[in-house]
Parts: sequence; structure tokens; C-alpha cells
Amino acid sequence: MIYFDNAATSFPKPPQVVEAISHFLTEIGASPGRSAHRLSIEAGRIVYDAREALAELFRLDDPLRVVFSANATQSLNLALRGLLRPGDHVITSSMEHNSVMRPLRALERQGVRLTVVPCSSAGMLDPVDVERGIGADTRLVVLNHASNVTGTLLPVRAVGRLVREHGLFFLVDAAQTAGCYPLDMEADHIDLLAFTGHKGLLGPTGTGGLCLGSRLRVDELEPLMRGGTGSRSEMEEQPDFVPDKYESGTPNTLGLAGLEAGVRFVLEKGVSHMRGHEMELTELLLGGLTSMDGVTVYGPLDLKQRTAVVSFNIRGMEPSEVALRLDEEYDIMCRPGLHCAPAAHKTIGTFPQGTVRFASGFYNSAREVEQALAAVRAIALGR
Amino acid sequence: MEQTQHGVLLFHSTNWALKAEKAAKQASIEVKLIPTPRHLSSDCGTALRFRWQDRDALIQALSEREVTFEHMAEL
Repeated sequence: MIYFDNAATSFPKPPQVVEAISHFLTEIGASPGRSAHRLSIEAGRIVYDAREALAELFRLDDPLRVVFSANATQSLNLALRGLLRPGDHVITSSMEHNSVMRPLRALERQGVRLTVVPCSSAGMLDPVDVERGIGADTRLVVLNHASNVTGTLLPVRAVGRLVREHGLFFLVDAAQTAGCYPLDMEADHIDLLAFTGHKGLLGPTGTGGLCLGSRLRVDELEPLMRGGTGSRSEMEEQPDFVPDKYESGTPNTLGLAGLEAGVRFVLEKGVSHMRGHEMELTELLLGGLTSMDGVTVYGPLDLKQRTAVVSFNIRGMEPSEVALRLDEEYDIMCRPGLHCAPAAHKTIGTFPQGTVRFASGFYNSAREVEQALAAVRAIALGR
Repeated sequence: MEQTQHGVLLFHSTNWALKAEKAAKQASIEVKLIPTPRHLSSDCGTALRFRWQDRDALIQALSEREVTFEHMAEL
């Protein structure tokens, strides 16, 4: 079996991740941050250690500014709905996932002004176009770091610099890059960074978070939900400090135990080293696909401009048909269709049919890429 | 034998107490997380117990690592 759906969920996971989850369930089990008995404190330490690992990975000073959530979507909803008010203006790109587009379209109906900056057919964004959109009422710029459709990297650092110069907030959706491409909240001028645990960070599903940079004041961001936090229990009002303000209800402690192990694995291997491996595979994949008759590849071919997400189509075939044959005849798992990103597919000219997406990960090998290429070649030749 | 005098630090929440515990351990100061004593706060959270003799060293260790606490009391 060849698993090429790492952009949706990475698989397999490092054994340390499985061990950490199993250890939590068999040895600890308790609620963190609430009861203050030994097991509760140990559970709290696990959650705190996960914050520390993520703060280290994203170069954030204070681990308590890592706010946990269920996934990148929840984090993006917290950031967008917590920050934007009617009358505010927000700028985004035409390559966004629906995790950004749908909350923004809903906010637009509530009186938030939205500008969608067009990207090229390879998904590339020119920072000048973002700057041109900035007005007196602009409060936020939100961009994905890399497209989940084409793998195109957006110029986060350049946009971050100009967003900072204009005194606005900068939100980055790092769903596709956390653990796969270096991120530095300071150097990239990121005020809010949304991540998920189950892709490049090699953790389990149901884990994610929002990192809050030091420029953002806690009173500027409203929580998505309110409830029990294990703190200030005498009060019926939500606490006004991080991370409690944004973390109501018992957290996914076993998931966070696994996430910490995943992030520690990434830190140990090094993001650059892991990216190096993924890009070697991507180079092989792109070289093979672009040399085939009847196969169209989307996104940039320059490896420096992209991640390991590769989208393509075979002439005369629906993506779903290709994916089904890859699964049934060749044991290859990939993802066809629109990838929850209609705006991105409109930008690259593949709406509404979509594309076939191969997303290799740390555990894939060059041999698997060769096998996948042979399978695509056979399907494209009509065999 | 003289009994050890203890003090306790109260924080915004257990998350902050855990950060303080790390800072204390990095400075080799012996501390223990305990349930917040009822007479100090009606909170259901966690407090950091320390030896009273380590008070100044602990305050310094926390301030060096930018850990803030809400309240200090003798036990």
C-alpha cells in the first residue's frame, strides 16, 4: 500500500506518538488543570510540555500563548471571528481553503469588508497586490502558508513585513506547512498562527491550535466558546488571560500527548531535513508527471516555491475515476476533487472538476514514487 | 527538630502554575504543586508550595523567566 494523502492526514505516525497516547491512557488518564492530585498535575504537565514544544518549533517566546483547539479550522474560526467586527476590512488570497473562505464569507454578511487578492494560475501571490488592497479600515491580512491544492508557497515573510509596516494583524494558516517548512513567528511577522496536529506535525487527529504573537493583546481577541477552565471558578465570567480564555472544556489530553511526541520527533529530525526528503520525492514525482503525454501538472515546478503537495489531471478522465483506479488496481491512496478549496481551483482553472492530489510525506520512499508514476503512466495510456 | 516552614504561590490558573514549576526546577528550587488551599482562594486550581527559606530565590527565578504570580502566602 502506498499512502499519498499526507496533506489530509499524515500516516503512519512515529512509534513515539503511539506510545505517548498509550502511556497517557494507561498510566495517567486524568483531567489536566483541574483537580490538582498527582495524576491531574501529570496530565497538566503533558499539556504544558506540548505547548513548549510548539513554542520552540514556531519560535514563540511564551508557551502559554499556544492555545489548543481541535484542528486548524477551529483555530482559524477563533482568529477570524474573535478579531473581526462589522466595519473592519480583511484581505485574503484567492488560494484559500474553505476553512478561511467560509468564515470570511459569513463575516462579510455581517458587515465585514472582504478583499480577495487574485493569484496567478500557478497559485502565486504578489505582495504588491496585497499592499494595494490595504485601506484605512483594514484590520487583518490572512493567508495560507502553502496551498493544499498546488503546494504553492505564499510569500508569507514579505507580506508579513508590509502588514507590520501598516500596523495591521497578520494571520497565517499553517495547516500545510507546520512541520514541513520552517516557520518563525518573529522573523515572518506573524501575529496569529493557526496549525493542525495531524498533518506535518505527525500527531493524531483532533489536535491543533492558535499561536498568539506578543503584539496581540488578549482583550483584542474574543473566544469562540466559553465555559469551565479549571481557573477562576468563583466567577461566572470567562477568565481574561491566556490560554484559559480560549480553552473551555476538558481538552483532548491524549491527543496532545501524541502531538507533543510528534512535534518532538519533528524537532529532533529537523524541519529542513524532513523537507529535504519530501522535496527529493517531489522532484522525482514532478519530473515523471510532466514528462507524460496527456498529463497536466498544476502549481510551480520550482521546488523552492512549493511543498510536497502535487496536483495533476489525466486528459479525458475525471479525478475521481483516476483515484478509484489507483486505489483498487494499484493500492495507492490519494485525494481527488476540490480539496475543500473551490477558490484555489478557480484560480488554477480546474473548477469544478478538480484534480488528483499526491501528497508524499516523511515516511514515503523514492521506490513508492516510482511505483506511483508507473501506475499513472499506465492509466494515462489507457491500459 | 524544627518543622520546615512553607509558603505558597497562587496563579491565574494551573497553566501558569505549571510554567512556574518548570522555572523553579530549572533554578534547582524544590517546589510542589498542590490544590489551592481553601482559606487562600475559592478557586479549584493548583498552587505552588515552596520552602519559605527559598522565597527570594524563587521570586528571582520566576521574574528572570517572566512568570507572574497573583499572590504569595505563608502556610
